[in-house]
Amino acid sequence: MEAFEVHRGVAAPLLQANIDTDAIMPSREMRRVSRSGLAAGLFANWRYLDPKRRIPNPDFILNRPERTGTSILLGGPNFGCGSSREFAVWALAEFGIRVIVAPGFSPIFQKNCVANGLLPAEAPGSEIRALAAWSDRDPQRNRVTVNLRASKIEGAGAQIPFAVPQGQRRRLLRGLDDIALTDRRAAEIDAFEQERFVAQPWVRLKQSP
Amino acid sequence: MSATLFDKLWDSHCIETDDDGSSLLYVDRVVMHERTGAVALDSLARRRRSVRRPEHAFCVVDHVVDTLPGRSDDTRVPGGRDFIVALRHGAASLGLRMFDVDDDDQGICHLVSAEQGIALPGLSLVCPDSHTCTLGALGVLAFGIGTSELEHALATSTLRAMRPATMRVSIAGQLRGHATAKDLALTLISTQGAGGGRGTAIEFQGEGIDAMDVEQRMTLCNMAAEFGAATAVVAPDEAVFGYVAAAPLAPKESPLPCWRALRSDPGACFDRDIGLDAARVSPQVTWGTSPEQCVGVGDPIPPPKDAAARQALDYMGLESGTPLASKPIDAAFIGSCTNARISDLRAAAQVLKGRRVASGLTAICVPGSKRVKRLAEAEGLDRVFEAAGFEWREPGCSMCFFAGGESFGTGERVITTTNRNFEGRQGPGVRSHLASPAVVAASAILGRIASPGTV
Ligand code: SF4
Repeated sequence: MEAFEVHRGVAAPLLQANIDTDAIMPSREMRRVSRSGLAAGLFANWRYLDPKRRIPNPDFILNRPERTGTSILLGGPNFGCGSSREFAVWALAEFGIRVIVAPGFSPIFQKNCVANGLLPAEAPGSEIRALAAWSDRDPQRNRVTVNLRASKIEGAGAQIPFAVPQGQRRRLLRGLDDIALTDRRAAEIDAFEQERFVAQPWVRLKQSP
Repeated sequence: MSATLFDKLWDSHCIETDDDGSSLLYVDRVVMHERTGAVALDSLARRRRSVRRPEHAFCVVDHVVDTLPGRSDDTRVPGGRDFIVALRHGAASLGLRMFDVDDDDQGICHLVSAEQGIALPGLSLVCPDSHTCTLGALGVLAFGIGTSELEHALATSTLRAMRPATMRVSIAGQLRGHATAKDLALTLISTQGAGGGRGTAIEFQGEGIDAMDVEQRMTLCNMAAEFGAATAVVAPDEAVFGYVAAAPLAPKESPLPCWRALRSDPGACFDRDIGLDAARVSPQVTWGTSPEQCVGVGDPIPPPKDAAARQALDYMGLESGTPLASKPIDAAFIGSCTNARISDLRAAAQVLKGRRVASGLTAICVPGSKRVKRLAEAEGLDRVFEAAGFEWREPGCSMCFFAGGESFGTGERVITTTNRNFEGRQGPGVRSHLASPAVVAASAILGRIASPGTV
């Protein structure tokens, strides 16, 4: 996984509250047993006038020419609520999104972001709206810079502090793969498990047929 | 030090806590379905990793499998067959128990977990589905996870997580009349907001919970996902011990002393505390596109409080100030991990018995599992549903969500026992009204949204 330090890019606001994972990645678009090939389905119900025939909706923000190359989403409260589908994050990543700034995230979505190297940054709604208004004036020129080490967003002539849960911040900075990280604790896991099986033998099931 | 039930569950699974506050939790059981399980098993194989404890991992087909009688691997969902076949292939090569399409115990993953004794008091369980918290009703430390976390859990038997804040929801009084756990959950969400429990581990307790049967508690914990909670728990009592005792994977002798200790100590501190009087809960129905947008069945739709509410009214084709109770509906759906257990079907059948659904109405009942279906058929409930004009289906998630296959038509108004009324959840342009099984049954009879008391 790519480590995250600083990212600068074009921002696009999608500020309404409760944007759910079905809006981000409609279930219908999850067609293959795969983590890739999903970007075309991102926001399909909003992005296309006719999702089946892929006729773009010229009004949808990510389709607007001035938002070409968007890599930072400015979101509203409870971003990524609903279904736990990681397909939503895979689609965002494949589309090129590296950061989502929102006043709050659904916990599973937030963890899914980190697992895929996307930064879910929590910042106050008023600051996000100010950032959005500034970006709106000239999205290509008014690019937003997100500095994870400093936990600051630069834009609209200000330095906006953001929060990301401690453990998640460290994993993003290191770009470490979760399984590899946990493999280092194999001895502790084995010992814990042995103790648990001795104390609570019923927890352990026999080999499945 | 007195501890909450959640603290006890967490601590008994915590292998270690990092200085950054994240903990490594031991995972006793992993359950997955074809939609995300297939991808996880596939990428595990690509990484040449095996499942650390295959005997503790289970596969279920429910999400995209068809629910029409005579079904096979072919589904109406584009590419659906591939997910089923890939899960079967992965399960076989990794040695995991699979509840396949034709298995006698197939059903919605959360129902299968409870029925089979995969979920038991005091165990930790993860499943790549946001309604995994349903199992907290049995005293399980249950978390919905993403696909990467699923791979991680399969490979290492652990979950890395930050300890959530705890919230006690005290339910005074008992449900009365036609009010159910579903109505209680909707009332809680509408009074506190859909983000009211965001990120917390909820413990439901109080007189109202003690008086509830185990299945109603599952409905309540299920809806905790719509309240933003990380998970929910209820202290397991004798009713729960009885419920799980007969399950195939339950221990021959229940470890009762250990299970009885699964309760919050007197004086245990919660980070947040809220309460609700169950006796004041009435049958609810949602009018908008968030579960918090709901009112009593006979009450008028409130004036929109923000732009989102106006957008919701527009999508739903409704006006504030008018009562929902008069709204004609096109379809009725009884199913899902929220309300498709045997007690739910009994409640609906009681309303339907000797009656017919309104003409022209689509009415569908999808039992939550094969086991529920068998029980219902043994009691003759299938005949009640069919005589009333309901389709009687094979178990699965079915039209709880739209995966590109079956759907109600655009603009159709559906009264449904499911848990999400988001825009397009049940199909493009479909207008979903969440309610209890009894409200759905009554509405189906009258062809308009109705309280069970009015049929
Ligand atoms: S029934 Fe609906 S909510 Fe429940 S697991 Fe299936 S899709 Fe999810």
